[in-house]
Amino acid sequence: MSSSTETIQEIADQAYSAGFVTDIESEQLPPGLNEDTVRFISAKKKEPEWLLEWRLDAYQKWLGMVEPTWAHVRYPTIDYQDIIYFSAPKSNADGPKSLDEVDPELLATYEKLGIPLHERAALAGVAVDAVFDSVSVATTFKDRLSDAGVIFCSFSEAVTEHPELVKKYLGSVVPVTDNYFAALNSAVFSDGSFVYIPKGVRCPMELSTYFRINAAKTGQFERTLIIAEEGSHVSYLEGCTAPMRDENQLHAAIVELVAFDNAEIKYSTVQNWYPGDEDGKGGIYNFVTKRGKCAGHHSKISWTQVETGSAITWKYPSCILQGDHSVGEFYSVALSNNMQQADTGTKMIHVGKNTSSTIVSKGISAGKGIQTYRGLVKIMKSAEGARNYTQCDSLLLGDQCRADTVPYVEIRNNTAQLEHEASTSKISDDQLFYLTQRGIDPEDAVNLIINGFCKAVFKELPMEFAVEAQKLLEVSLEGAVG
Amino acid sequence: MLQVNNLHASVEGKAILQGIDLTIPAGEVHAIMGPNGSGKSTLAHVLAGREGYDVTEGTVTYKGEDLLGLAPEERAREGVFLAFQYPVEIPGVSNKLFLKTAVNAIRKHRGEEPLDAYEFLTKLRAILAELGMEEKLVSRELNTGFSGGEKKRNEMLQMALLEPSLAVMDETDSGLDIDALRAVADGVNKLRAHDRSFLVVTHYQRLLEYVVPDVVHVLMDGRIVRSGGHELALELEERGYDWLREEAN
Repeated sequence: MSSSTETIQEIADQAYSAGFVTDIESEQLPPGLNEDTVRFISAKKKEPEWLLEWRLDAYQKWLGMVEPTWAHVRYPTIDYQDIIYFSAPKSNADGPKSLDEVDPELLATYEKLGIPLHERAALAGVAVDAVFDSVSVATTFKDRLSDAGVIFCSFSEAVTEHPELVKKYLGSVVPVTDNYFAALNSAVFSDGSFVYIPKGVRCPMELSTYFRINAAKTGQFERTLIIAEEGSHVSYLEGCTAPMRDENQLHAAIVELVAFDNAEIKYSTVQNWYPGDEDGKGGIYNFVTKRGKCAGHHSKISWTQVETGSAITWKYPSCILQGDHSVGEFYSVALSNNMQQADTGTKMIHVGKNTSSTIVSKGISAGKGIQTYRGLVKIMKSAEGARNYTQCDSLLLGDQCRADTVPYVEIRNNTAQLEHEASTSKISDDQLFYLTQRGIDPEDAVNLIINGFCKAVFKELPMEFAVEAQKLLEVSLEGAVG
Repeated sequence: MLQVNNLHASVEGKAILQGIDLTIPAGEVHAIMGPNGSGKSTLAHVLAGREGYDVTEGTVTYKGEDLLGLAPEERAREGVFLAFQYPVEIPGVSNKLFLKTAVNAIRKHRGEEPLDAYEFLTKLRAILAELGMEEKLVSRELNTGFSGGEKKRNEMLQMALLEPSLAVMDETDSGLDIDALRAVADGVNKLRAHDRSFLVVTHYQRLLEYVVPDVVHVLMDGRIVRSGGHELALELEERGYDWLREEAN
């Protein structure tokens, strides 16, 4: 980890730095959701009949479901008829062949975000499948990846180019009826990313997608599917920023991962959506279903997330450890400042023999933030010799925030070994005084302490992401400690 | 370097310092001795600007300027260093990163360019060698799991790196075995300089055997009741503090 204190000053005075709105003509539906909406989206994307049927089926099931209320979050009722379900930048109609053809204003947006696609991506050796609103507009490094046999493309493209793969795996990890938001996504998902790593291939670069919500009142329904065949390896990075808005924006994404024998998927997220202002006005509602299936023996799925944004976070990246000796990991830093509410954690479902899982959750609450860790460790009867290690730490800044830990454990096999550690702490005056007595700015001192607190998670992130994550926490906690 | 006039300070409404007068010229080592509860540590913390210590009367002038109006980090950048009696553990924070952050915060204040990783490491290694310390100490998490001796050595390392003008040492000798004590004293002696002053707060004489002070002050009930040369420390060692209390009354 590098010293980032030099850069803190630069960002110290900024408000939410990604808060701007790009003016790009959108081709969008009027607000509202019915069967025609679903048909419109499907037609717009020239989808095959089976996918339309799949969507319509999901829509029907969604109609019969109710929004979950068990999470420790409060928000005004969402009017699903007041949401725009499709919006695409018009300039994409002909499809840009290269970055030169991408709307310059869009490129400028990435610049402002610090994502100069063409240069930075190349320097970092990262392929970027940039999702702007609902349609992918630029993809780089495709050649290098295709040489290795890796498929990395937008979800829509995968539907056209690799329908057999999509058909086989879509909904195989997160069923349509898994939950209310999953059903909604299944009906109206717009676009997202698709990754396929063939047998024995180690993906030659880290894959990264920057999601961005832009058009007003546009719900974002991303869909990501990653398949790692036997003996393959992939590291996927996901980062999000969103412009400042007064209205709440709904986001209900689905991520499905499948790892076969000896395959490994590492999925890292740095999430920085607009959290709303200090009074809780605006901000993104983030209801996400992320789940990975360790289908093969000795497979491994690792989730690492740094969650600093959103007004509401409802997210439980999970692993189904089906293959014998498979491994699931969940490393999380979640921050809630001001009026933010986060109910997040994981589920580790042990099915196969000698499966093991690790959960390291670091929750930071500041302002009037509410933070809940909610985790389930389930050991099925078949999971002989399963092991789990869980560590949940909460750090409170100030006296108006709150942190709760809600661990659920279900054991149906008595050979299981489980360890659980939990702590709740505050940044002490002693620690702050010690650091400031060495000339360190109080704000930098807080950042140092928080970075220390999060170290166990940050070290799981790819290097450049770890630095970004540190910056994010610093920006997100500005003014949280006087 | 430091001039303290009629300093009164209280903690949670309780008066602890009750009129301290103290002058430390540049280059001198002054020791503050006194029984438990006499206000030694309070004086050290007031000088460093710790919150919760309220100055109710008096002035502190440092390098000709008012010290009490400055925040702790500003005092540190101006060259006031407090070696803690109980150095604080900060889990997850690398000692090296902490040291580099502190060095560069102070350099910035002085209008100097920050040291990059290589320059910093070079400087750090030179100081480690001079203090006879092992590099592995700086690879660990700040004070976390350090033994008492390691913590105090780490304080000496910080002192050497930050090159303070006024080093206040708060019972640095407490809880140290003789080897660690010598190592710490050795560090202090190497840092003695004509433009650097020390205020060594201690309960016992033994540290002063190794760090020989120019002046010894005895603090009792929040006042300096006697000042003298090194021989005063030896006398206290022999006779204890009670006779001074009786004299003072």
